[in-house]
Amino acid sequence: MTVSSLCSACGFVPVALPDGGREVHGCYIGDLLSWVMGRAKADEAWITIMSNINIVAVASLTDVACIILAEGVAVDDKIKSTAELKGVNILMSDKAAYETASAISTLV
Amino acid sequence: MSESLTFHYDVDGEDFTSAGQASVQVKKNLRRLGIPPEIIRQVSIAMYEGEINMVIHAGGGDADVIVSEDRIEIILADHGPGIADIELAMQEGYSTAPDSVRSLGFGAGMGLPNMKRYTDEMTIDSKVGEGTTIKMTVKL
Ligand SMILES: Nc1ncnc2c1ncn2[C@@H]1O[C@H](COP(=O)(O)OP(=O)(O)O)[C@@H](O)[C@H]1O
Ligand SMILES: [Mg+2]
Repeated sequence: MTVSSLCSACGFVPVALPDGGREVHGCYIGDLLSWVMGRAKADEAWITIMSNINIVAVASLTDVACIILAEGVAVDDKIKSTAELKGVNILMSDKAAYETASAISTLV
Repeated sequence: MSESLTFHYDVDGEDFTSAGQASVQVKKNLRRLGIPPEIIRQVSIAMYEGEINMVIHAGGGDADVIVSEDRIEIILADHGPGIADIELAMQEGYSTAPDSVRSLGFGAGMGLPNMKRYTDEMTIDSKVGEGTTIKMTVKL
Protein backbone atom coordinates (compact mmCIF):
# COMPACT_ATOMS: atom_id res chain seq x y z
CA MET A 1 0.00 0.00 0.00
CA THR A 2 1.23 3.53 -0.65
CA VAL A 3 1.96 6.01 2.14
CA SER A 4 -0.89 8.26 0.94
CA SER A 5 -3.42 5.41 0.95
CA LEU A 6 -2.20 4.27 4.37
CA CYS A 7 -2.62 7.81 5.67
CA SER A 8 -6.26 8.05 4.62
CA ALA A 9 -7.13 4.43 5.41
CA CYS A 10 -6.02 4.87 9.03
CA GLY A 11 -7.10 8.46 9.51
CA PHE A 12 -3.59 9.78 10.10
CA VAL A 13 -2.71 13.44 9.60
CA PRO A 14 -0.33 14.08 6.68
CA VAL A 15 2.40 16.30 8.18
CA ALA A 16 4.71 16.13 5.15
CA LEU A 17 3.94 14.01 2.11
CA PRO A 18 6.55 14.72 -0.57
CA ASP A 19 6.63 11.09 -1.75
CA GLY A 20 3.12 9.80 -1.01
CA GLY A 21 3.23 7.27 -3.84
CA ARG A 22 5.93 5.28 -2.06
CA GLU A 23 5.03 1.70 -1.09
CA VAL A 24 5.18 0.64 2.58
CA HIS A 25 6.25 -2.85 3.60
CA GLY A 26 6.45 -3.67 7.28
CA CYS A 27 6.92 -1.56 10.37
CA TYR A 28 9.52 -0.73 13.03
CA ILE A 29 8.79 0.95 16.37
CA GLY A 30 11.48 2.79 18.31
CA ASP A 31 12.73 6.10 19.65
CA LEU A 32 16.46 5.49 20.06
CA LEU A 33 17.92 6.60 16.76
CA SER A 34 20.84 4.16 16.61
CA TRP A 35 18.46 1.27 17.25
CA VAL A 36 16.31 2.47 14.38
CA MET A 37 19.33 2.74 12.09
CA GLY A 38 20.54 -0.69 13.17
CA ARG A 39 17.23 -2.53 13.01
CA ALA A 40 14.65 -0.82 10.77
CA LYS A 41 14.62 -1.97 7.16
CA ALA A 42 14.17 0.01 3.97
CA ASP A 43 10.51 0.62 2.98
CA GLU A 44 9.14 0.08 6.50
CA ALA A 45 6.90 2.53 8.34
CA TRP A 46 8.79 3.90 11.37
CA ILE A 47 6.61 4.63 14.39
CA THR A 48 8.13 6.96 17.00
CA ILE A 49 7.37 9.67 19.53
CA MET A 50 10.76 11.31 18.92
CA SER A 51 10.08 14.65 17.26
CA ASN A 52 13.37 16.55 16.89
CA ILE A 53 14.88 17.49 13.52
CA ASN A 54 17.28 14.52 13.50
CA ILE A 55 14.43 12.09 12.74
CA VAL A 56 14.34 13.45 9.19
CA ALA A 57 17.99 12.54 8.54
CA VAL A 58 17.56 9.15 10.21
CA ALA A 59 14.47 8.37 8.08
CA SER A 60 16.26 9.47 4.93
CA LEU A 61 19.44 7.46 5.58
CA THR A 62 17.58 4.38 6.80
CA ASP A 63 15.36 4.66 3.72
CA VAL A 64 12.10 3.97 5.55
CA ALA A 65 8.90 4.71 3.59
CA CYS A 66 7.53 7.10 6.22
CA ILE A 67 7.72 8.30 9.80
CA ILE A 68 4.51 7.90 11.79
CA LEU A 69 4.49 10.13 14.86
CA ALA A 70 2.45 8.39 17.56
CA GLU A 71 0.54 9.87 20.52
CA GLY A 72 -0.42 12.95 18.50
CA VAL A 73 3.13 14.28 18.81
CA ALA A 74 3.56 17.55 16.91
CA VAL A 75 6.60 18.77 14.97
CA ASP A 76 7.58 22.35 14.18
CA ASP A 77 7.55 24.00 10.75
CA LYS A 78 11.31 23.64 10.30
CA ILE A 79 10.95 19.86 10.48
CA LYS A 80 8.03 19.91 8.04
CA SER A 81 9.94 21.97 5.49
CA THR A 82 13.13 19.89 5.87
CA ALA A 83 11.10 16.72 5.37
CA GLU A 84 9.46 18.15 2.22
CA LEU A 85 12.90 19.13 0.93
CA LYS A 86 14.50 15.75 1.65
CA GLY A 87 11.56 13.74 0.35
CA VAL A 88 10.74 12.26 3.76
CA ASN A 89 7.06 11.40 4.44
CA ILE A 90 5.76 12.20 7.94
CA LEU A 91 2.30 11.17 9.18
CA MET A 92 0.78 11.77 12.59
CA SER A 93 -1.41 9.37 14.54
CA ASP A 94 -3.30 10.43 17.65
CA LYS A 95 -3.02 6.89 19.03
CA ALA A 96 -0.22 5.21 21.00
CA ALA A 97 2.49 3.28 19.17
CA TYR A 98 0.82 -0.08 19.85
CA GLU A 99 -2.60 0.98 18.51
CA THR A 100 -0.95 2.71 15.57
CA ALA A 101 0.99 -0.43 14.67
CA SER A 102 -2.15 -2.55 15.09
CA ALA A 103 -4.05 -0.27 12.75
CA ILE A 104 -1.51 -0.59 9.95
CA SER A 105 -0.59 -4.25 10.55
CA THR A 106 -2.99 -5.78 8.03
CA LEU A 107 -2.29 -3.05 5.44
CA VAL A 108 1.50 -3.11 5.19
CA MET B 1 34.54 4.34 -12.96
CA SER B 2 38.23 3.74 -13.48
CA GLU B 3 39.44 6.56 -11.26
CA SER B 4 38.45 7.20 -7.69
CA LEU B 5 36.24 10.09 -6.60
CA THR B 6 36.66 11.87 -3.28
CA PHE B 7 34.06 13.88 -1.41
CA HIS B 8 35.19 16.01 1.50
CA TYR B 9 33.06 17.49 4.28
CA ASP B 10 33.72 19.66 7.33
CA VAL B 11 31.62 18.38 10.19
CA ASP B 12 30.56 21.28 12.39
CA GLY B 13 30.93 20.45 16.06
CA GLU B 14 28.64 23.24 17.22
CA ASP B 15 25.47 22.56 15.39
CA PHE B 16 23.56 19.49 16.44
CA THR B 17 20.51 20.20 14.35
CA SER B 18 22.46 20.19 11.10
CA ALA B 19 24.41 17.04 11.99
CA GLY B 20 23.89 14.53 9.25
CA GLN B 21 24.19 16.98 6.38
CA ALA B 22 27.37 15.33 5.13
CA SER B 23 25.78 11.88 5.22
CA VAL B 24 22.64 13.04 3.44
CA GLN B 25 24.83 14.70 0.78
CA VAL B 26 26.86 11.51 0.39
CA LYS B 27 23.66 9.55 -0.09
CA LYS B 28 22.67 11.91 -2.89
CA ASN B 29 26.08 11.70 -4.58
CA LEU B 30 26.18 7.90 -4.41
CA ARG B 31 22.71 7.68 -5.88
CA ARG B 32 23.82 9.87 -8.77
CA LEU B 33 26.74 7.50 -9.35
CA GLY B 34 24.32 4.59 -9.67
CA ILE B 35 25.52 2.74 -6.54
CA PRO B 36 23.01 0.02 -5.45
CA PRO B 37 20.48 1.24 -2.82
CA GLU B 38 21.46 -1.33 -0.17
CA ILE B 39 25.13 -0.24 -0.37
CA ILE B 40 24.09 3.42 -0.17
CA ARG B 41 22.08 2.62 2.94
CA GLN B 42 25.05 0.88 4.60
CA VAL B 43 27.49 3.67 3.76
CA SER B 44 25.23 6.52 4.75
CA ILE B 45 24.15 5.01 8.09
CA ALA B 46 27.76 4.16 9.01
CA MET B 47 28.84 7.65 8.07
CA TYR B 48 25.98 9.31 9.95
CA GLU B 49 26.85 7.45 13.16
CA GLY B 50 30.46 8.55 12.77
CA GLU B 51 29.44 12.11 12.00
CA ILE B 52 27.16 12.25 15.04
CA ASN B 53 29.98 10.88 17.20
CA MET B 54 32.31 13.63 16.02
CA VAL B 55 29.65 16.21 16.90
CA ILE B 56 28.77 14.72 20.31
CA HIS B 57 32.13 13.50 21.50
CA ALA B 58 34.83 15.39 19.59
CA GLY B 59 33.66 18.90 18.70
CA GLY B 60 33.52 18.20 14.98
CA GLY B 61 36.04 16.97 12.43
CA ASP B 62 36.63 16.03 8.81
CA ALA B 63 34.90 13.43 6.72
CA ASP B 64 36.16 12.00 3.44
CA VAL B 65 34.38 9.51 1.25
CA ILE B 66 36.41 7.86 -1.50
CA VAL B 67 34.54 5.97 -4.17
CA SER B 68 36.61 3.65 -6.35
CA GLU B 69 35.81 0.80 -8.68
CA ASP B 70 35.57 -1.96 -6.09
CA ARG B 71 35.01 -0.14 -2.77
CA ILE B 72 33.79 2.89 -0.88
CA GLU B 73 36.02 4.18 1.91
CA ILE B 74 34.87 6.51 4.65
CA ILE B 75 37.50 8.32 6.70
CA LEU B 76 36.44 10.32 9.75
CA ALA B 77 39.13 12.30 11.54
CA ASP B 78 38.82 14.52 14.59
CA HIS B 79 41.00 16.27 17.17
CA GLY B 80 38.73 15.46 20.08
CA PRO B 81 39.59 13.78 23.40
CA GLY B 82 40.27 10.37 21.85
CA ILE B 83 38.96 7.00 23.04
CA ALA B 84 40.83 5.48 26.01
CA ASP B 85 39.41 1.96 25.77
CA ILE B 86 38.33 1.11 22.23
CA GLU B 87 37.15 -2.39 23.09
CA LEU B 88 34.83 -0.96 25.74
CA ALA B 89 33.59 1.77 23.41
CA MET B 90 32.72 -0.88 20.80
CA GLN B 91 30.37 -2.70 23.19
CA GLU B 92 26.66 -2.34 22.50
CA GLY B 93 25.12 0.00 25.05
CA TYR B 94 28.34 1.65 26.24
CA SER B 95 28.02 5.42 26.06
CA THR B 96 29.43 8.53 27.72
CA ALA B 97 26.89 10.80 25.99
CA PRO B 98 25.33 13.45 28.25
CA ASP B 99 21.60 13.49 29.06
CA SER B 100 21.02 16.46 26.75
CA VAL B 101 22.06 14.25 23.85
CA ARG B 102 20.11 11.23 25.08
CA SER B 103 16.91 13.23 25.18
CA LEU B 104 17.31 13.71 21.41
CA GLY B 105 17.36 9.94 20.89
CA PHE B 106 21.15 9.59 20.55
CA GLY B 107 23.57 8.13 23.07
CA ALA B 108 22.24 4.57 23.02
CA GLY B 109 25.77 3.25 22.71
CA MET B 110 24.95 1.61 19.39
CA GLY B 111 26.84 3.95 17.06
CA LEU B 112 30.19 2.20 16.82
CA PRO B 113 28.49 -1.25 16.68
CA ASN B 114 26.29 -0.01 13.82
CA MET B 115 29.35 1.31 11.98
CA LYS B 116 30.93 -2.12 12.27
CA ARG B 117 27.74 -3.91 11.28
CA TYR B 118 27.24 -1.92 8.10
CA THR B 119 30.81 -1.98 6.81
CA ASP B 120 33.14 -4.76 5.66
CA GLU B 121 36.20 -3.34 7.40
CA MET B 122 36.60 -0.83 10.20
CA THR B 123 39.70 0.39 12.00
CA ILE B 124 39.84 2.86 14.88
CA ASP B 125 43.03 4.78 15.46
CA SER B 126 42.78 6.90 18.59
CA LYS B 127 45.09 8.65 21.04
CA VAL B 128 43.83 10.21 24.24
CA GLY B 129 44.27 13.96 24.08
CA GLU B 130 45.00 13.94 20.35
CA GLY B 131 42.00 12.62 18.49
CA THR B 132 40.42 9.77 16.63
CA THR B 133 40.54 8.55 13.04
CA ILE B 134 38.08 5.91 11.91
CA LYS B 135 38.36 4.19 8.54
CA MET B 136 35.53 2.12 7.17
CA THR B 137 35.32 0.20 3.90
CA VAL B 138 32.29 -1.11 2.08
CA LYS B 139 33.07 -3.42 -0.83
CA LEU B 140 31.17 -2.96 -4.05
N1 LIG C 1 35.03 10.44 17.77
C1 LIG C 1 35.03 10.12 19.08
N2 LIG C 1 35.82 10.80 19.96
C2 LIG C 1 35.83 10.48 21.27
N3 LIG C 1 35.10 9.50 21.82
C3 LIG C 1 34.29 8.78 21.01
C4 LIG C 1 34.20 9.06 19.61
N4 LIG C 1 33.32 8.18 19.07
C5 LIG C 1 32.88 7.41 20.07
N5 LIG C 1 33.45 7.76 21.24
C6 LIG C 1 33.26 7.10 22.57
O1 LIG C 1 32.73 5.80 22.37
C7 LIG C 1 31.46 5.69 23.04
C8 LIG C 1 30.54 4.78 22.25
O2 LIG C 1 30.20 5.36 20.99
P1 LIG C 1 28.84 4.94 20.28
O3 LIG C 1 28.81 3.46 20.15
O4 LIG C 1 28.69 5.72 19.02
O5 LIG C 1 27.74 5.35 21.34
P2 LIG C 1 27.12 6.78 21.70
O6 LIG C 1 27.58 7.77 20.67
O7 LIG C 1 25.66 6.53 21.65
O8 LIG C 1 27.62 7.12 23.06
C9 LIG C 1 30.96 7.12 23.17
O9 LIG C 1 30.02 7.26 24.21
C10 LIG C 1 32.26 7.85 23.44
O10 LIG C 1 32.66 7.70 24.79
MG1 LIG D 1 27.39 7.38 18.68
